[in-house]
Amino acid sequence: MRGLWALLALAVLVGSARADMPAECRVARHLVEDNLRLAGVASAIAAKHLNVLVLGAGSSVLPGPGGVNLAYPERLRLALTEAFPGVAVTLATDIKPHRKAVDMAIFLAADLAKAKPDLLVWQTGTVDAVDGADSDQFNQALDKGIDSAKAAGADIVLVNAQYSPRTESMIALGNYNEIMRWVAAQHEISLFDRFAVMRLWADLGTFDFFSPTKKLDTAGRVHDCIGRLLAALVVDAVKPDNPLIQGGK
Amino acid sequence: MAPVKTERDLRLDLFRGLALWLIFLDHIPSNAVSWITIRNYGFSDATEIFVFISGYTAAFVYGRAMQQDGFIVASARVLKRAWQIYVAHVFLFAIYLAEIAYVAHSFDNPLYTEEMGVLDFLRNPDVTIIQALLLKFKPVNMDVLPLYIMLLVGFAPVLWLLLRSRSLALIASAALYALTYRFGWNIPAYPSGVWVFNPFAWQLLFVFGAWCALGGAKRLAPVIGSRVTLALAALYLAFAFFVAMTWYFPHAAVFLPRIIGDNIYPIDKTNLDVLRILHFFSLAIIVVNFVPRDWRALRSPWFEPAILCGQHSLAIFCLGVFLAFAGHFVFTEVSNRLLTHVIVSLVGIAIMVATAAVLTWYKNIERGPRPPVIKPGLVGGDA
Repeated sequence: MRGLWALLALAVLVGSARADMPAECRVARHLVEDNLRLAGVASAIAAKHLNVLVLGAGSSVLPGPGGVNLAYPERLRLALTEAFPGVAVTLATDIKPHRKAVDMAIFLAADLAKAKPDLLVWQTGTVDAVDGADSDQFNQALDKGIDSAKAAGADIVLVNAQYSPRTESMIALGNYNEIMRWVAAQHEISLFDRFAVMRLWADLGTFDFFSPTKKLDTAGRVHDCIGRLLAALVVDAVKPDNPLIQGGK
Repeated sequence: MAPVKTERDLRLDLFRGLALWLIFLDHIPSNAVSWITIRNYGFSDATEIFVFISGYTAAFVYGRAMQQDGFIVASARVLKRAWQIYVAHVFLFAIYLAEIAYVAHSFDNPLYTEEMGVLDFLRNPDVTIIQALLLKFKPVNMDVLPLYIMLLVGFAPVLWLLLRSRSLALIASAALYALTYRFGWNIPAYPSGVWVFNPFAWQLLFVFGAWCALGGAKRLAPVIGSRVTLALAALYLAFAFFVAMTWYFPHAAVFLPRIIGDNIYPIDKTNLDVLRILHFFSLAIIVVNFVPRDWRALRSPWFEPAILCGQHSLAIFCLGVFLAFAGHFVFTEVSNRLLTHVIVSLVGIAIMVATAAVLTWYKNIERGPRPPVIKPGLVGGDA
């Protein structure tokens, strides 16, 4: 039995070594097309060393002892390592549940000083929506965080809330998602629209977000896809010949 | 002041009924049918229609009461109405609690540990229930009722002023709106944030509705009827439509000059953005011009279902919130196919219409077999 698992693990490894992503992830590929360049990331890759910092709350991690390895930040690191052979990719995280954008923005300066990231991936919005946080304060916290990350020389990708059909009638995400889209557009930074991606998966039946379960298998696959799609966004944004990118920054 | 007309303007009932249907469709999360609702094609949505017409009918009903029975009696009636809405709100909150409690014990998924934080208040229901009774807790989709309660609680003095100096009351209302915009006033909510519909901002539309009912509409008629106004309204609707399209087709966004985007976003629903008011005005101008008050079709059976719903706005609104919960329950528990969305939406509207018909029947039997004299309290439906 153990041999079988090892074989399976090998197959997964070999499979993931291909540049292509699994079909279940790829169906949402068009939703992460972006026309923004990540200039800092591009020069970091040229210098063969890429530092990533993921700042997030509870939906950036999965529960249990193996949760960290299954969650999207680690999957992003693996996908980036694979996409840029020869580049040393390091990934630091500051992830704690139940944090609003305001709470995260407070720690951001220290995080930036410590991790010195070329790329900041900032997941937020869910806790703000759950608590019904003041939308002006949410907006200002995002502005503040983005400004300090830019000042520290990091490129930024925002990640919005998950699509969660069971709690949809209890959490009013709409306004917070809109603010994130607006803030991203204003600062000319990328927004990884996790909500739209997961919504598409739900509509297509790619993943089942309805069934109650304690198992991590679906959750792990979802996070793997999110990590890969985030990596794809980065790959697009550093391609010098990307036709989608106009001029660059 | 101009005499209050006693003839029922069915357009108010019709459009309030339609607004209630749209609110119901919009309140079912991820409802495929909600693509037909107006919020997808411009800046404003059914809430503006609902609040404006509610202001209009409130002035109609209680304005007459204030003239006939005096300030005290009319104020008492307004407050009684506010109390009824408060009770309705608490009733809906009980349903909301039941729904949340059901999800809390039936759903578990490692993907959604953070989202399940919304259920945390079940751990200290004492605090939550008291906050809900104080109208500070904000269950999703139930924000219109606290707004409505606040608007009615403050309405009696406003009505008094409207009856003495219509223009002064409207100016005061606009001044409050402007000050709110300038200083960011709102009512604090629990556990954090502020009210979803800021009553200090939304009162403008309610008072404007009341102003129109008490003769303002007549005064505006030459302006509204002019071709220039009509053209401007149509242009503005076209502009809003184009901007709305860029939300769904981001590639079209390149045609939206950056300076426009920088100036219009974010379009603030909480504080009733000026863009939303203008959009509502434009819609209203088009409607007033193309749907005359004495339009025969208003009495045709085709419009009767919506008119019936509009005449029982409070009951039908509450029913709509409950049906939206139930509809979402069907989507998550039974089927989430497109056909289900269509059926749930249609059945929901049918239940709203049937309930409104029963309420009308009740009203008639309680009134007794008398000649159909139009009682002032009943003109234009309930307030």
